[in-house]
Amino acid sequence: MDKIISKLLFLAATSSTAILALIALFIFKEGVPIMAKSGLAHFLFGNEWRPLQGMFGIFPFIVGSLWITAGALILGVPLGVCCAVYLAEFSPKKWANILKPAIELLAGIPSVVYGFMGVMWLAPIIRTHLGGPGLSILAASCVLAIMILPTIVGVSIDAINAVPKSYKEGSLALGATEWQTVWRVILPAARSGILAGVILGMGRAVGETMAVIMISGNATIIPNNMLDSVRTLTANIAIEMGYAIGDHRQALFATGVVLFFFIMGLNMIALKFSRRKF
Amino acid sequence: MTNALTAKKLDLYYGDFHALKNVNLAIAPKKITALIGPSGCGKSTLLRVFNRMNELIAGVKITGEVKIFGRTMNKINLLELRKSVGMVFQRPNPFPLTIYDNVIYGLRIHGISKKDILDETAFTSLTSVGLWNDLKDRLKENALKLSGEQQQRLCIARLIALKSDILLMDEPCSALDPIATARIEELMQDLKENYTIVIVTHNMQQAARVSEECGFMLLGELVEFGNTDRIFTAPSDKRTEDYITGRYG
Ligand SMILES: Nc1ncnc2c1ncn2[C@@H]1O[C@H](COP(=O)(O)OP(=O)(O)OP(=O)(O)O)[C@@H](O)[C@H]1O
Ligand SMILES: [Mg+2]
Repeated sequence: MDKIISKLLFLAATSSTAILALIALFIFKEGVPIMAKSGLAHFLFGNEWRPLQGMFGIFPFIVGSLWITAGALILGVPLGVCCAVYLAEFSPKKWANILKPAIELLAGIPSVVYGFMGVMWLAPIIRTHLGGPGLSILAASCVLAIMILPTIVGVSIDAINAVPKSYKEGSLALGATEWQTVWRVILPAARSGILAGVILGMGRAVGETMAVIMISGNATIIPNNMLDSVRTLTANIAIEMGYAIGDHRQALFATGVVLFFFIMGLNMIALKFSRRKF
Repeated sequence: MTNALTAKKLDLYYGDFHALKNVNLAIAPKKITALIGPSGCGKSTLLRVFNRMNELIAGVKITGEVKIFGRTMNKINLLELRKSVGMVFQRPNPFPLTIYDNVIYGLRIHGISKKDILDETAFTSLTSVGLWNDLKDRLKENALKLSGEQQQRLCIARLIALKSDILLMDEPCSALDPIATARIEELMQDLKENYTIVIVTHNMQQAARVSEECGFMLLGELVEFGNTDRIFTAPSDKRTEDYITGRYG
């Protein structure tokens, strides 16, 4: 009996890995030839995306994805971590018990709703008060920051709660204030957990498509500042897949390949940080 | 000489539960005082009165008068009080920081950031707990890598760095093996020259070995308090005698 179960589990493990490997292989098979054809450097660092003229430079989208993700993290991480610290350490238990599930519920709102709210409220505000087209990096970063908040808050609260109480007691017994204790002991101790939350949030920000298409303006240019419109790697695929054929279609798969490495690279950097204790 | 710690008519309630009942005691400075008694009699609770750690627990009510070197405890700034009355816990609890950052933690939180003062303090405190020679090249390593005994020494060094006057030790050796225990006891003897030590222990031999004064607690009462030798050879209370001769606890 045990043998059969272990065989079945083995089968499940290998087949799911195999499916993932096949998908990756397929994307690579479709995408790599066009990269070779237009030259890798040209593909990655070319500024011109004109599929009809056979010009496939995705640099503007790479820049767009980087800006929007960075913006979302700059806005979302401090907010999320502060929120988690407050809920885990300072707020009355009752509040935390209500607020934490409420924040996690925010993760259940479909991204199209976030995008819609961004287009209707945020973009006009940015347009009238800061200038530019409104649909911009800033708008997309704000929307994504809110979208990644539940992940960061939820995971960070769990990380902070997992810090042994004895650290806190030890610090307070040395005459530290609550705030000093949080800053000097609890946050460092919870760092790798919080970083895991940030990675998850970052993955969501990089991979988010619908809200980003709606709110980022989708211009195929390299942005000059936070108020410019941009297009991300994900948006590029989603917008053009409907009518892409031939090389164009392959170029979209190649965009997927880049996205693949992009996320893998980000994860690897983050992992390295989370493992480094000192 | 003023006593290091005095308590008069001290009562403590956890909600409705009467955990300390009319405790009166005076602890002399620069001596080792042991608190013994069966599990749940309130030893830790009493110890935690002296650095006001009980107040972290919701629903605790304390009445009576406690004085630290003659000053009424509640009139002393809480952070200053905890600085001068340090605590060593049952399970060694170094922070997950470097050894160096652990030792000088107390200085940093009390606003000292001059590098030469911090370095000097790290040296003197680690030396006085006998860790300097072993660890002087490992100061940047994570303190959690140390052995249990080293961790407990490091926790004592944290208090020495702060120049605490009183060291409260709640079963400091119960997570250690006999050899480490003997060495920590030795360290306590060294430290007593400069510090007032109050140790809670389950181990009566330990109390007899290290302490000069001893208090026996039972069900929240301090049944007997006095010279250790006298308590162990000629207890004046029947309950103390029963406990010491092993009839309960
Ligand atoms: N936070 C708390 N809330 C309610 N009751 C408590 C709390 N902490 C301790 N008590 C109770 O107070 C009594 C004294 O506890 P305390 O921890 O001081 O005993 P102790 O003598 O240190 O015991 P041990 O030797 O097991 O450490 C016990 O009956 C315990 O159940
Ligand atoms: Mg105890």
